[in-house]
Parts: sequence; structure tokens; C-alpha cells
Amino acid sequence: MADPQPIQELGDYLSGALGDVVDATDLSGGELTIHVHRDSIVKTLTFLRDDVNCQFKQLVDVCGVDYPDREERFDVVYHLLSLTRNMRVRVKVTTDEDTPVPSVADVFNAANWWEREAWDLYGIFFSGHPDLRRILTDYGFEGHPLRKDFPLTGYVEVRYDDEQKRVVYEPVNLTQEFRNFDFLSPWEGMQHQLPGDEKATVDEDAESEEADKASS
Amino acid sequence: MGVETEMRSAALGPGTQQDAILRNVTETLVDKGFVVANLDKLVNWARTGSMWPMTFGLACCAVEMMHAYVSRYDLDRFGVVPRPSPRQSDVIIVAGTLTNKMAPAFRKVYDQMAEPRYVISMGSCANGGGYYHYSYAVVRGCDRVVPVDVYVPGCPPTAEALVYGVLQLQKKIRRTGTLMR
Repeated sequence: MADPQPIQELGDYLSGALGDVVDATDLSGGELTIHVHRDSIVKTLTFLRDDVNCQFKQLVDVCGVDYPDREERFDVVYHLLSLTRNMRVRVKVTTDEDTPVPSVADVFNAANWWEREAWDLYGIFFSGHPDLRRILTDYGFEGHPLRKDFPLTGYVEVRYDDEQKRVVYEPVNLTQEFRNFDFLSPWEGMQHQLPGDEKATVDEDAESEEADKASS
Repeated sequence: MGVETEMRSAALGPGTQQDAILRNVTETLVDKGFVVANLDKLVNWARTGSMWPMTFGLACCAVEMMHAYVSRYDLDRFGVVPRPSPRQSDVIIVAGTLTNKMAPAFRKVYDQMAEPRYVISMGSCANGGGYYHYSYAVVRGCDRVVPVDVYVPGCPPTAEALVYGVLQLQKKIRRTGTLMR
């Protein structure tokens, strides 16, 4: 792991320079995460980009996370990279279905499509986005498929209709039932003892018995 | 009338038998100036000898399809030459996951192909959705959209398997192919 000192200093610097904009900083595994309120995301990212001590000129990713149990269920996560400082930083804001997050497409052009993707898959609304429409899912798709309450198979499936001479959408009708996954698979079982493990850890009682047998 | 030459339904390998047929045909040609064959067999021979597939790679299967086209397996030997336009194609190899969004476009490409046209469904995803069977975005088998002639199983199928699929399609055309389809 890289020396945590510089990234620690960056965290302190940011919470100092940005003041009460930063709700919390979190340094774990040598990675810095700063939590800000969504209304100050544009200010934060502009600062991170332009400040001479930061120079996070690259926006690496914008993505959404869904925590259905939380009051503000969505996280929007921004990953930034500073080639000058050789550092990365993660900025997190929270939101819900109805509250818009200010778009950062004016700060980083790269955010344009990522915000469209987050809108498409999670239904996170970005205010001030130049062209907020779906990017990945089918034309006329309904729902936001990466939300936890979206059913895996969705609502419609397609079929070519020979009479209408076109591809039609119909409600999902699965001919094969869902697979019942066995979560006690060998992969899950790894955390317990595997066959053969007992040979690696020497049982002391057994060993002394063996020794007794050998001596008698 | 010329001598009726038997068009072999199965291709003959090099050997005395093939030499005999070739000599027979050549002699007839030299002697009479023409040979006679069954028209349907001749048509089948032409069809199976130049199955031009539409380039339709959708996912990782496309990589194996490329392998089948290039030097090691060289589908060119069978007259299988990938085409960039559906108007020039006889076969469409559905190589990869067919998504809902792609389905209308795929059907359109298929509709643009000239008859007789054939479909090879390559890989689990095209055969029945495969890994993405329960996905909200994937067609559960490309046979929901077009009629399929040959299914090539595998995830992805090897280039060899695809070549076998092409040969199976040749066999199918020879067996069932007539002027009307």
C-alpha cells in the first residue's frame, strides 16, 4: 500500500479549505472518500479540479448506488484522479428518487454520459444537465433496472410477430423457472473447513496418542 | 444429348474416384461441347459452395467467428466470405447476445437479406439467452425473432464448432434445398 501520509494530508487540507461543505472524510485502505451535500457538489468538484494543491483534472467515473433501506436511498459517487499529485479521491453525495443532484457536466464534460447512465439505471435526476435522456436501455424502456426493487427479468420481453411483421413487446412469460441457487456451494463453503484441512492443522491430542502408540 | 453426369451430393475427396469423374466430365466436354446435370443438384452445389454470411458479431462469440474466418480454419475454403451488406448475404451468423434493443435492428437486417437465406445461431446467448436468460434486457433465444437453421452450442463455441455448424448447414441445404424454399 502506498504511504498514507500524503492522502491523509489531502483529506485534512480539503476539510480545511472547503470548510463546512465537507460533511465527513473517510480514509480507509489508503483511499480517501469525502462526503458532501449534493448542493455543494459543483463547488467541491470545481475546487478539486482547479485548486493548485489538488489538480484533480480527470473525472474517472460517476456512478449510483442503491441502499433501499435508507431514507435517502441513493449515493452518487464521483471518482477523481490527479495525475499531478498521483492521487485519487472519491466524492459521495446522497439523494432520493425525487431530489435532483446538480449536474457536474459543466465542470467535467465526461460527466455528461455518466449522469445519463445513472439516470437511466437508477433514476437519479440531475438538474442542469444538457441532455438528460436514457443511454443504455431499450427505446421506450420503463423503470430503472439497477434499483433493488426492479425485478431481475423486467416487465416485457420481445418476440417477432409474423402477422404484424414486426418485433412486439409482451409481458414476461418465463418458460423455465428461476434457478434455485445453492448458496452452500463449495465457494461459499470456503470460509469453513474444507476436506483435507484437518491434515494441515495438527491436532495435539491425536499427536500425543500417535506418540503413545509408537512408543508402546 | 450429352451424357448425364451424376452430381455427387457429397463432395468427393481427391482420389481415383474423383479423378474418374473429372476425366469423364472432361472427355464429355471435349467430345460434345456440353455436359448435363440435374438442375436442382447444380443449384445446391452453387448454394453450398458460396454461403456468404452477414457480418453480425454481437459479443464475445464474434471473436471465435473471426478465428473461423482467418488462416487456421479459413472458412474461405468453403466459399464462406463475410459480407458487409445483408443484400449480398445468404447466411446470418448470430454471434453473441441478442438484446431487446438490438432485436428490431436484427430483424430488419434479416428481412433485407435475399432469399434463400439461412440463420446460424452461435453460442448459448443466441440459442436461448444463455447466461443472460433471466435478464430484463436480453432476448431469450434469437429464434424468437428469426427462424434458425443451425444452432451451434457453446459459450463461446470454438471456431472449430462454428466450422462444423457451417458444414451442417451445407448438409441441410443439400438435403432440403430446392428451387422453392
